[in-house]
Amino acid sequence: MLEPETLKLAWWLIIVVLIVGFVVTDGFDLGACILLPWVGRSDDERRVVLNCVGATWEGNQTWLITAAGATFAAWPIVYAVTFSGLYFAMMVALFALFFRPVGFDYRSKLADPRWRSAWDWALFAGGLVPTLVLGLLLGNLFVGLPFRLDDDFRSVYSGGFFDLFHPFACLVALLAVALCTMHGGAYVQSRVEGAFAQHVGRFTTAAALSLSVLLVVCGGWLGSRLMGLSMEGVAAFDLMSAGVPLKVVQVRGGWIGNYEQVPVLLCVPLTALLAACVTAAMSYAGRYRRAFQSSAIAVIATLVSAGLALFPFVLPSSLEPQGSLTLWNAASSPRTLQIMLWVVMLFLPLILLYTRWVYRVLRGPVTVEQIQSHGKHLY
Amino acid sequence: MGADLDVVNLSRLQFGATAMYHFLFVPLTLGLSWLLVIMESVYVMTGKPVYKDMVQFWGKLFGINFAMGVTTGITLEFQFGTNWAYYSHYVGDVFGVPLAIEGLMAFFLESTFVGLFFFGWDRLSRVKHLAVTFLVALGSNLSALWILIANGWMQNPVGAAFNTETLRMELTSVAALIFNPAAQAKFVHTVAAGYVTAAMFVLGISSYYLLKGRDVAFALRSFAIAAAFGLASTLSVIVLGDESGYTAGEVQKVKLAAIEAEWETQPAPASFMVFGIPNEATQTSDFAVHVPWALGLIATRSIDTPVVGLKDLRAQAEGRIRSGMRAYAALQAMKRGDRSPAVLAAWKETGNDLGYGLLLKKYTPAVVDASDEQVRQASADTIPRVAPLFWAFRAMVGLGLWFLFVFGCAFYFLARRDVAPRRWLLKIALFSIPLPWVAAELGWFVAEYGRQPWTISGVLPTFLSTSSGLTRNDLYLSLAGFIGFYTLLLIVELYLMIKYARLGPSSLGQGRYHFEAPAQGSLQLQGGKHA
Repeated sequence: MLEPETLKLAWWLIIVVLIVGFVVTDGFDLGACILLPWVGRSDDERRVVLNCVGATWEGNQTWLITAAGATFAAWPIVYAVTFSGLYFAMMVALFALFFRPVGFDYRSKLADPRWRSAWDWALFAGGLVPTLVLGLLLGNLFVGLPFRLDDDFRSVYSGGFFDLFHPFACLVALLAVALCTMHGGAYVQSRVEGAFAQHVGRFTTAAALSLSVLLVVCGGWLGSRLMGLSMEGVAAFDLMSAGVPLKVVQVRGGWIGNYEQVPVLLCVPLTALLAACVTAAMSYAGRYRRAFQSSAIAVIATLVSAGLALFPFVLPSSLEPQGSLTLWNAASSPRTLQIMLWVVMLFLPLILLYTRWVYRVLRGPVTVEQIQSHGKHLY
Repeated sequence: MGADLDVVNLSRLQFGATAMYHFLFVPLTLGLSWLLVIMESVYVMTGKPVYKDMVQFWGKLFGINFAMGVTTGITLEFQFGTNWAYYSHYVGDVFGVPLAIEGLMAFFLESTFVGLFFFGWDRLSRVKHLAVTFLVALGSNLSALWILIANGWMQNPVGAAFNTETLRMELTSVAALIFNPAAQAKFVHTVAAGYVTAAMFVLGISSYYLLKGRDVAFALRSFAIAAAFGLASTLSVIVLGDESGYTAGEVQKVKLAAIEAEWETQPAPASFMVFGIPNEATQTSDFAVHVPWALGLIATRSIDTPVVGLKDLRAQAEGRIRSGMRAYAALQAMKRGDRSPAVLAAWKETGNDLGYGLLLKKYTPAVVDASDEQVRQASADTIPRVAPLFWAFRAMVGLGLWFLFVFGCAFYFLARRDVAPRRWLLKIALFSIPLPWVAAELGWFVAEYGRQPWTISGVLPTFLSTSSGLTRNDLYLSLAGFIGFYTLLLIVELYLMIKYARLGPSSLGQGRYHFEAPAQGSLQLQGGKHA
């Protein structure tokens, strides 16, 4: 059996990998849905967008489901506090997520334009709303959630739905929308041809530039004004801190403490910024493969930057900073972590392999001609 | 910690409603995926295009249903956290394991390949496409396995122990969790019920085409596969009925006794009450007609193991509640930092009854000061209401026997190559389409209502499991949201399902089915007019 500290650290990595997997893959499905009503000028064009992502989005969403399931198994208290505390935000995201499975499958099964238009807007909501809510959630991790645990580990949460709309969290929500829109555009433009690709490319460029600006603004805010948590006396990356009870203090700019301690880590957020700019340039220049690759790098680097800033915290409490949840104090028993680590090591490579195979089989451009000739067998 | 009982009841209602709603779509996915595998295997072996059309047409209906299964499934994974936060903390270390494995092993498999099933026809060889269909079926059935392992653990929580420092249940044996007899019996019974549902669905819709006399070759082939698959599945569902799983674990025994309205312990082997009206007030059954030995044989698979009656089970529960009070006192001492040998010894002796002690929280928050009357009240809570379980179970069994009759007749006339003229058979097959869903929902009702007052049998009472901080209004609002959304989506789903079922294989646009030939004819006529 591995050391408990090693297991806990491994599980932080696994959860990050699952979240990154979700945004890198399903992020472009969410983005394609956000773009759907705006880039598709005719029903055929909208069907082209849908069919770019339609065959694979379901597997991509599974990263989100699995990330939630893995959080339940590895950090039960984090799962309990977040989902119950953010009750209405979660319900809103959930209701919006309902639109995608049925939207993709049902939209083109009837020819009535009102039916199809209604589903297009439903899919738009299915892309936009979960992105906004998850962005808002990420933003609120930095702001801190107003919870504390009583002596039975029962979560007492003292905030309402509208308290989530802290200006910084709203900015992160916008950042999430820009990020997914960029990623969705970058994927769709690489799967379509000619003038339509160029048309989508303009949206991608705009989204990528917005993302760059928002990354700078959010980073600046984190570094200068926002109150952040910092552990007094111990370096965050020092594993010796694992067993020590937290001595947490709240300081302005506390969330960039890890970057100050280990400056080399700054290359991660800088990569995110650079990759966003490269995505804008490549989309503008019509080099769509490159644009998608750099967009994926921007997504990964953005999420890893956020994770590194928070480390070792996973659920900071604004009510009782001392009672914040970290990867050290929120984890399941070592036995559960160990067993689940084996399961992940066995299945994650397998999932990556067969997902790759499915994408290879389904590769190639989606065109208006295909929609017109094979309409009955496509979304 | 006086939990708001309205919030508890509304949370139960919401979970029950959304879970039962989800299970309107799951059984068809479980069974239809295997029927698609069978049809496609015949296509690969014979190369006859009609079998490919069958896979594609029933696949279309599969897709309409599958979308709703995914939609309603996400809800359940959210709801443990949103509405049952204390439960999530208390048992996440154990219960989260099968859920996470379900995601990694089953959901990914199913949802990655389902797209390829629909869109890979022209991109894959026949054998490879068949393999994809097989993986979709495997994925959906594996997902049933893991969720039923999770559910089985709620019924019979083996392989776990309470940790007095982290104040939660923790995994002690993953093998015990996986090979939990309650879970294994449930899995076999539940998937077989799904197969019956799908077989009745295909049988009934095929019968509709036969009644209308259209696409007969297509319909007869579908009918044949559904009849054979349905007969085998119904036999499994009855023979492998999960009553055998009800003997594993204390609370399962309560459920079994309630289902059978077994008020008193009978000497082994117990007799089975074929008819009777359970009377809660007198704790007897009126007008009872018994078959000797049958219950003992069915439930315990032996002639010398007694089936314990409800009155004795309640007396046992009272003893465990008293022991649970001592466990709770020991735990409070440990929380204060007192780990003296006396406290540890008391915990060692009584720790397993902590859950029974927690039942008292409903009557006295301090638990340890409970009066004899409060202990009696709590022990009464451990016995679920008998009549709903007794009747729901009998309705389910009756439906099971009806399915056996329908599939038996279908198979018999099929073997005699005499199906099409048996209009009565085709009609009962058509009108029996909804019945497997009724049986499946009844089965879930028995399993989950019968588990009350616990979320985790003997470990965590339902009224302690909810999220604190939620108000009645929160619940009313989300419940209204679910009911509104789900009703709307169900109407849309049924509309599409019925439309495509009526249209039949003509919806594939192959140009060789009922509604397509006349359409071409009318085009020619129009052309003639113009000429």
